[in-house]
This record gives sequence, C-alpha cells and structure tokens, in this order.
Amino acid sequence: MLDGVDDDVFESLVDTVDRFARNRLIPAERTVEQANAVPEEIVAEMRAMGLFGLSTPQEFGGIGVNAAQESRLIEALCYASLSFRSLIGTNVGIGSQGFVMDGTAKQKARWLPGIASGETVASFALTEPDTGSDAGGIRTRARRDGSDYVIDGTKRYITNAVRAGVFTVFARTDPDEAGADGVSAFVVPADTPGITVATPDRKMGQRGTKTSDVIFDGVRLPETAILGGPAMLNRGFRTAMKVLDRGRIHIGAMAVGQGQRMLDIATDYALERSQFGKPIGQHQLVQGLIADSQAELHAMRALVRATAAEYDRDGAAVLGASCTKYFCTEAVGRIADRALQIHGGAGYMCDYDIERLYRDVRLLRIYEGTSQIQQIVIARRTLAGRSH
Amino acid sequence: MKVLVPVKRVIDYNVKVRVKGDGSGVDLANVKMSMNPFDEIACEAAIRMKESGAVEEVIAVSIGVKQAQETLRTALAMGCDRAILIVATDDVHTDIEPLAVAKLLKAVVDAEEPGLVICGKQAIDNDMNATGQMLSALLGWSQATFASKIDIDGDHATVKREVDGGMQSIKVKMPAVISVDLRLNEPRYASLPNIMKAKKKPLDEKTPEDYGVDVSPRLEVVKTAEPPERDAGIIVKSVDELLDKLKNEAGVI
Repeated sequence: MLDGVDDDVFESLVDTVDRFARNRLIPAERTVEQANAVPEEIVAEMRAMGLFGLSTPQEFGGIGVNAAQESRLIEALCYASLSFRSLIGTNVGIGSQGFVMDGTAKQKARWLPGIASGETVASFALTEPDTGSDAGGIRTRARRDGSDYVIDGTKRYITNAVRAGVFTVFARTDPDEAGADGVSAFVVPADTPGITVATPDRKMGQRGTKTSDVIFDGVRLPETAILGGPAMLNRGFRTAMKVLDRGRIHIGAMAVGQGQRMLDIATDYALERSQFGKPIGQHQLVQGLIADSQAELHAMRALVRATAAEYDRDGAAVLGASCTKYFCTEAVGRIADRALQIHGGAGYMCDYDIERLYRDVRLLRIYEGTSQIQQIVIARRTLAGRSH
Repeated sequence: MKVLVPVKRVIDYNVKVRVKGDGSGVDLANVKMSMNPFDEIACEAAIRMKESGAVEEVIAVSIGVKQAQETLRTALAMGCDRAILIVATDDVHTDIEPLAVAKLLKAVVDAEEPGLVICGKQAIDNDMNATGQMLSALLGWSQATFASKIDIDGDHATVKREVDGGMQSIKVKMPAVISVDLRLNEPRYASLPNIMKAKKKPLDEKTPEDYGVDVSPRLEVVKTAEPPERDAGIIVKSVDELLDKLKNEAGVI
C-alpha cells in the first residue's frame, strides 16, 4: 500500500489546502452558485496547486498521498463548497484509481501523468438509466468484433463527462452472464468516434458540478483498451468495487469537512442572534442542537481516521469503509438539519450559506453507494462474520 | 543579482492571541505559527523578480527558534532557491530584538553579497517596524520603506511608498533595503508539488556565534496586557447632553 508523504511535509500540504479553501474558494462560492459553473481561473489555480494529482503515485507526477492523508486533505478542501471538490473528485478518486490499482504499465504511463496534472480529466462511467445500485446488472455491451470490441449503451449522471479526456467505461463482455462476472472495464479516450456527451443535468444542489448522460454508439476499441489488459476480461466489476472502497472513505472525509463548516456557521449565528434578551446560544434547546452536532462530528472524524488507517495498513477496509460512508453521510445530514434549524427563518433564505450547504450535502447519502446499499454491505459482512 | 529575503515565524494571523497569566508576553505554547504576512509579500516580490529574469537567486533567511525552518520551507516552496536558518534561541517565547536581527542580517549580507534586501515592513507579533531601517543603516545602503510598487532599473530603484498623506515615489541607489507594504502584491499559494520539492532545497543552519553577534536582549518587557474591554455605548437625548458629556465626562472639549 501507499506509504504516503513524509509527516512534516504533509502538515504543510494540509495548511496550504486549508488556507486555499478559506481564503480563495469560500469567497467564490456565491459566484459558483449563481453562474452554475466554477470560474476557469479557479480551475487553473486548483490545477497549479497540484490538487488533481493528490492520489496519483509520485512516479507519475502526483503527490501520492495515502488514504489517511487523502482524507485529511479532502476534509480541509471540503470546508468550502463541494462543487470545488467535484472538479478534482474524479481525478483523485473513481476516475484514476482504476488505473492505479489495475492498469497495465502502458495504461498508467499513458494516462496517469495527465490525470495528476489535471490536464486530463478522468471520468468513471458505471451507472446507467436502469442500473444504479444494482451495478452488476449493467446493460451497456462490448461486442467482440475480430480483435476489437464495440461498445453500445448509455451511461447516466457521469461526473465531469463534459470535461473528460478519458472514461473508464464498464460494459458487459459476456452476454451469457447476466451478473457482475460478465463485466469488463474499458479505457476509452473521450475523442473516440461514437461518443456523445449530453447537456449537463440540472440538480438540486452542488451547482457548478457537471454531470451528464454519455451515449456510446458503436465505439470501437482494441482489446488492449481493457483496463489491466485482455487478462482482465470479465473482471471489471472487481476493479469497480475496489475503487469504490477507497472512495467511501473519501466521501466520509467530505462529510466531516462540510459538517465542520455548518457547525461553525451555526455556532457563530447562535452567538450573534438574540431572542428573549440573550444570544440564542444561551438557550438550552439550541445548545442541544449544537452539542449533538459537535458530538457527531467528533465521531465522524474519528471513524474516517480509523478506517483510513486500516485501509493503509491492510490494503482494504470493506466493512469499515461502508460503515464510514453510511454513518458520516447520514450524520452530516442531521448536522445540516440542525444547523439550518438554529438559523430559524433565516436558514430558509438563499442569502444564508446554510441554505445552500443543506442542499449540497444531500447528495452524499446517495452517490457512490446509497445508504441502503451500505446497510446491505454492512449487514451481510456482519452476519457472515458470525456464521459457521 | 542575488536577493536576500528575511522571514520571521510569527503567531498565525487567524489565531486569537492570549496573554500569558503572568503578563510576561503572549502565550505561544501549542499555538499555530506561520510566516509573517508582510514577509510573504516580500518573498513574492523577490520570486517575481527572479521569474522576470532580473534576479538570479533568492535566498530566504530566518532568525529565531529551530522550528523557523518550517517557515523557511514555506519560502522555499513558494520559490526561493535556498535558505539560511540562524538558531538564536531555543525558547519560543524569546523574541530576538530588531537590532540583533539587523546585525545578523548584515553579517549574512557581507557573506552572501546580495544586491538587494527585500523584507516585510514589520512583523505582526511585535509591530516593531525597525529591522529593515536598522539594517540599511548598518550596511550604509539606501532604504525604501512601505513599498507598494518596486521598479528596478540598473543601479537605481524607483519605489512607490505608502505614507500618511498618500503615495510618495522615491528613487534610491542600489544596493538597497526595501521594506514592503500590504498592497505590493498578493502572495501565491505554494503548490503541493513545490512543497514536496522544497524539502530537497538547501537549508543551512547557523548560530549567532558563527557571525560573532551578541543577541542578548537590551529591552525589557515590563508588562503585557489584553486590550481593555470596550464599554457599551449610550444614546444621548439632545445635543446639549452630548456637549455636556464631552465636556464634563470625557473631558475632550
């Protein structure tokens, strides 16, 4: 597993990302919300800072942080709007980790340097119109034609597809196998003929992030386009699950960053706003909302750190990662609700940041495995652990 | 030309400062420290000169505790080429006074022979605003303080200064000591790859003895206190009442 960056250097990285989030990104949040786009100059600054290459190994030009370090940096970055994180999210997570974990030497050398610098945006194309949580049931097909494969199908909610330079596309290579065992992962350059990226989706929150349908119509690829090479035929689903495993810790860290932000602004509001002759923070029922949020935030942070350490030690943390994603994203939803409640009527107004943050964090409980899927994983693992 | 940039490790500007119980100073134990913001502006100015081709090498210097090497690493990550750390104390609460710092900097200048020293106008901890001026006097160099614009042209520099009455432009002979003000530039964020590379850049560690400078204090801190809490204001009912209070309570008219 990755050893990560030296401790003393790492503290400087956290400090820099923290300052960047507070001084540069937070002041730009309202512009992003209104324009429904992150300004290009901020994209360029994020690229120059090296944020796209956080998890790419150093030999390919990245920073090469381990999961524990990634989670602390993501926590710092996600003190600002999740819309900024989304820009680097696929390059740091689902878009790149398949290459890092299972790519051939050639695939790594071709794509990882661009992914690390941010020049190439990497997208992960798994979800389909009829295939969400039941990811093993995907219908996109990769038909064998001579030594080539031809991909046909539609992918849905694909983050950063409009910017993508390369897609990791999951397609069924064994039509006789209906489940996960007939699926392969393909490395598909975005300029391959036959790919159409649809108009970006309109969403409830995280404005400025771009998700789209991607349509593959007769997209022809050599068999070397299979992630990990022809030997990985029909084994793409395992890659997807490994990638999502580390991603779940990352999402837990996002929840911690946003939870801290919302608790901070709610606390500031409770100190400032007076009712019945004193700041509302001196009323016990409001204190209850603050205390519950603070206690949950502590538990979230502790869980993320413990699970990330386990992942770095063992190379996997399936049960822990699911517990982390499930607990942290549900808890941040409760913190959002309390933080908005502390604001009273003001919290329902678009002039207050909490209104936007409340909508933004809602997605955390859904993507990269809904809470219900996490519950299934957690329960199955728990039952299997005690059965003889 | 080489440029020397002195940088100081100070309490982070976001930290709420607390006075120590015995009033001997500000509590710095386990407090977040970072580079003096004016020194960041000085680093940025020097690095931009290097990027424009006017300067060959930027050397950052810090004087204080050993932990100031973190501050120097920040300067290196921003783009300074190498660093010199003069460990003058092992107690984070001991502040090296401006005259001692200026003497040490003079010794560094004598050894390194830069053509220009760019420093922050003051450090945000003690707000002395003295080191740059003392250094120019010790060196016998020109000084240009509170710079908000610097143009170097051959053996002269034109510096726009922020003074009480507005802006003043002065032309000084090089070599010079220039102290920078807030509006000179906006310092860059060090990129993550550059933070990693900074670890491999040279950082020399020295002591005041290496330069034959005595850093023992000449000033005595008598007492440090929190600013007094402001009392709530009052609303007066009439102009007469206001005049009466200004005259008889505040005693200002």
